[in-house]
Amino acid sequence: MVDSRSWDWETGEKNVSLDSWKKEYRWVEEPYASPDGEKIAAIVNVDEGEFTVCVNGKVWGETVFDKIWHLRFSPDGRLTALVSEMGEWTMAVNGEAWENKFGYIWEPRFSIDGTAIAAAVQQDMRYGMVLNGKPWEQTFANMTYFALSPDGRHTAGAVQVEDVDSGEIHKFQKGSFTAALDGNPWDMRFVNVWNLAISTDGEHLAAEVRLNLYDYTIAVDGVPWESRYATVWEPLFNPVTGTVVAPVREKGTWALAENGKILWDRRFVQIWHQMFSPDGSRLAAIVAPKYGRWTVAVDGVPWPATFATLVTDATFSPDGRRIAALAKDGETFRVVVDGNPWTDAWDMAWKPVFSPDGKDVAAKVEKKGRYTYTVNNRVWSRSCDIAWDPVFSPDGTHLMLRTVEAGNYVRRIVPVSDIVG
Amino acid sequence: MAEPSKKEENKVVDEGIDVGISRLTEEKIQSVINSVIDSETGARLKAYVETCIHCGLCSEACHYYLSHDNDPHYSPVGKVKQTIWEMVRKKGRVSPEFIRRAAIIAHTECNLCKRCAQYCPFGIDIAYLISVVRRIIHKLGVTPLYLQDTAHSHSVTMNQMWVKGDEWPDTLQWQEEEAQAEIPNLRIPLEKEGADVMYSVIAPEPKFQAQLIYQAAVIMHVAGVNWTMPASVGWDNSDMAMFSGDNELMGRLKRTHFETAARLKVKKIVMGECGHAFRSVYDMGNRWLGWSMPPFTIVHAIEFYHDLIKEGRIKIAKKYKPPITLHDPCNVVRGGGLHEKARYVAHAICEKVIEMHPNREHNYCCCAGGGVINTGPPFKMTRIKGNRVKAEQLFGAKTKGAEVLVAPCHNCHSGLHDIVHHYEIGLDIKFFGDIIYEVMEKPE
Repeated sequence: MVDSRSWDWETGEKNVSLDSWKKEYRWVEEPYASPDGEKIAAIVNVDEGEFTVCVNGKVWGETVFDKIWHLRFSPDGRLTALVSEMGEWTMAVNGEAWENKFGYIWEPRFSIDGTAIAAAVQQDMRYGMVLNGKPWEQTFANMTYFALSPDGRHTAGAVQVEDVDSGEIHKFQKGSFTAALDGNPWDMRFVNVWNLAISTDGEHLAAEVRLNLYDYTIAVDGVPWESRYATVWEPLFNPVTGTVVAPVREKGTWALAENGKILWDRRFVQIWHQMFSPDGSRLAAIVAPKYGRWTVAVDGVPWPATFATLVTDATFSPDGRRIAALAKDGETFRVVVDGNPWTDAWDMAWKPVFSPDGKDVAAKVEKKGRYTYTVNNRVWSRSCDIAWDPVFSPDGTHLMLRTVEAGNYVRRIVPVSDIVG
Repeated sequence: MAEPSKKEENKVVDEGIDVGISRLTEEKIQSVINSVIDSETGARLKAYVETCIHCGLCSEACHYYLSHDNDPHYSPVGKVKQTIWEMVRKKGRVSPEFIRRAAIIAHTECNLCKRCAQYCPFGIDIAYLISVVRRIIHKLGVTPLYLQDTAHSHSVTMNQMWVKGDEWPDTLQWQEEEAQAEIPNLRIPLEKEGADVMYSVIAPEPKFQAQLIYQAAVIMHVAGVNWTMPASVGWDNSDMAMFSGDNELMGRLKRTHFETAARLKVKKIVMGECGHAFRSVYDMGNRWLGWSMPPFTIVHAIEFYHDLIKEGRIKIAKKYKPPITLHDPCNVVRGGGLHEKARYVAHAICEKVIEMHPNREHNYCCCAGGGVINTGPPFKMTRIKGNRVKAEQLFGAKTKGAEVLVAPCHNCHSGLHDIVHHYEIGLDIKFFGDIIYEVMEKPE
C-alpha cells in the first residue's frame, strides 16, 4: 500500500491555474491529478505530430514525442504514459522513455504500491509482457489476457503456443493456448485461456480455461480442476490461505467454487466480481438472486435490498467488516453501504472509498455534468467541473479532495466533519 | 419426415458440418437433443410446438419461400417441421444425415429475421425454434466452418475478425491521424473515463473499413459529443456466438462489452451501424447474463444520428442529391422499432427518398443476417438464390428512380452487395454515416 503519511495534510488549499495551458498549446487533453494531489498533468499538443506532457504548467521532459496516450499517475506518484518516437513505442516515466522500444505497447498495469509498472508489448508480431522496462525473453504468436502480481514482481499472459491459421477449426479445438508466468508457459494446452490471477506470494497462477467447446474449468499452475462446468468466470486467490475461488455455471445457475468444490450453499442467476476481505476471512460477490435483480452477497447471503439495472464497484473496508458498492436503478446510481442505499441518486458514481478505520465512506459523484462528493450519505456543499476520487488522511479525520473549478486545479484538505456534520 | 428439399441436388461441402457429422453416433445425437430440450427449453418451446396448427400463414413471410417459387420446404413451418419438430417427435432419435440437413436449414436457410412471427396468428417466434436447433447443432459440433471460425475468433480476441490487442488501438490512432489532416484538433479519445458515450463498433471496421471510424470521429467531433473508445477488449459489440448457438460465449462477449462501459463510467453505449450487434446487446446477451434490460442505455447509430440532427448538433450543408432507397434492417426495425427515425434521418440528409415495398417492419431481410453470411463461400449462392424476392424489391425501387441503397447495418450491407451484384441491379450501397459525413457542415 502507498504510505500517505508523508503527504501534506495541513495546507487547506493549493491551486494551479490551467487556463494558461490552453493558450500555450494547440490542444490540452483531459487532466490527471497525482495521488498526493500535488501535481496536475495533461497531454498537450505542441505542433502537428508533436506531443508532450504539461505538469503543473511545466513540460514533462526534453523529449517531444510523435504520439502520447494513456497518461496516468502510478500509485506511488510517478507520471507514466505510452509514447511513440520514430515509429517505435515504449513507456515513459516522469518524462524518461524506457530504453527498450517496441512495435506497440498497451494495457499498462501498476502494482498496488506503484513500484512496478507492466504492459503488454508487441515486437515483430511477437507478443509478451514488459515489467519495469524489461521484456519477457520468450515471446508468443499472440497474447490476449494480462496480469501483474499484487506485489509487482511477476507478470502473466494468456499466450498462443501453437500456430493455427484462420479457418483451421479442428486444429484450434485441439488447443493452442496456455498461460505463461514471467514468460514461462504451462505445458498443457487449452482451447481458450481467459482472466488470469496471480497469488499474493507471486508463486501461483490461475486462469479460466476451456478444455473443448463445451467444458470449462479453472486451471492452477497448469493443472485443471477435476470438475467441469458449463462456463466459469474469473478466479481469485484467497490472500491468506491461497485457495482459489471462481464462479461456475451448472444447469443454468451459478455457484461459487473453491478449488473445484462448491463453496456457497446458495445458487444465483449470476455471480461475479467475488472479493475477499483483506484478512481473507470473508468472501463477497456481486450476484443476481433472481432474474433482473442485482445485489451483493456476503458469505453466500445476499443483501435484502436488490437493484434493477446494475451493481458494481463493490469494496471491503480495510477491517473487512463493511462493504460498499454502487447500485444503478434506471439511469441513476446510489452508494450502498452494507445493503443500505443512500438517499441521493446520481447520474454517475465512482467506487466508494473507506476511511482507514472503516467508519466513514466517501465517493465521487456526478449529476448533470457537475461533480461533487458524498460522505456518509451527506453531500459536500460545492460542485466542480472535474473531480478525482477522495482520499482519507491516515488518521481518517480529513479528506483530500482534488477538483477543477473555473479553470483552476484545486487540492483541498477538508475535515470529514465539515461534510458529515 | 418431410422429403428432401430440391436444393439437395447441389450438396454443399462444408468442413465444419461434414467433419462434425462424421464423428456423430445416433446415441450421441439423442443424448444431446434430449439434454438441450429437457434442460435448456421449457414452456416456451412446448407452447410453440403444441400451439402451431400448421396453417402455413408464415410461408409468405419468408424470403426463401418466396424466392424458391413457394417451395414449402423453405416455408418457416416447413423448416421447423424438418428440424425441431422431428427431433421432439422422435425424442432425439434422428440420424447423422438428418442432423446434416438440419444444420444446413438452421444455419443457411433461415436468417432468424422474425418476419414470419408477424404473420403467425399465434405469434409463434419461429426464430426461437430455429435457434434451439442451432444450439443442438453447436452441442453436436456440426456448426458450419466459417461461422465456427468466427466464434473462435470471438473466443480468443473478443472480436469477430481476429483483431489482436495491439492492432485495435493502433488502428484508432491511425484513423485519428488521418482525420487530423482534415480537422487538426480532432481526437479519438481512448480510455477517457467519465465520458458520456462509449462508441463501440464491430470488428470489420478496424479490419477492412477503417474509414467508418474516421467518419464517426468527425461526426462526434462536430457534434461536440463527450465520447471515448476503449483500448482494451470490449470494444467489439458483435456476437456471432449468439448465432452459432454458443450461448456461453455470447454471454462472455456481452459481459466484456458491458463491463468495459462500466469501467469507463460512461452513461450510454452508442453503436455503429450494425443490426445483429444491437440484438445481442439489447435482447439476447444481456438476458442470458441475467439482465432483463441492458445495464446501459443502448443507442443504435440510427437513433444517434436522428437525435444529433434533430437537436441541431450536426447541420446539413447540402442534401445528398442522388435519389436513395432505404433498407430497414430486421434487428433494429422489427427488433428495435427504429424505422421512423431512420426515415427522419434519410429525409434530413437526402433530397429524395424512394420507398421500397414492402418496408418498415414488413421489409424483406437482406438474407445475410442471423449469421448466414458468416457461413461463408460454401453457402454464398444459397443466400443469393434464397433472396430473389429482395432483388425484385430493389428493382422496384430502382425503377422508381433510386440510385443509392442505404443500409444501416453491416451484414445487410454485405448481403445486399451480393444481391445487387448477382442480379445486376445497379445500386450503390451506403451507410447513413457515409452520407452524413459527405453532406454535413464541417469546420473550414
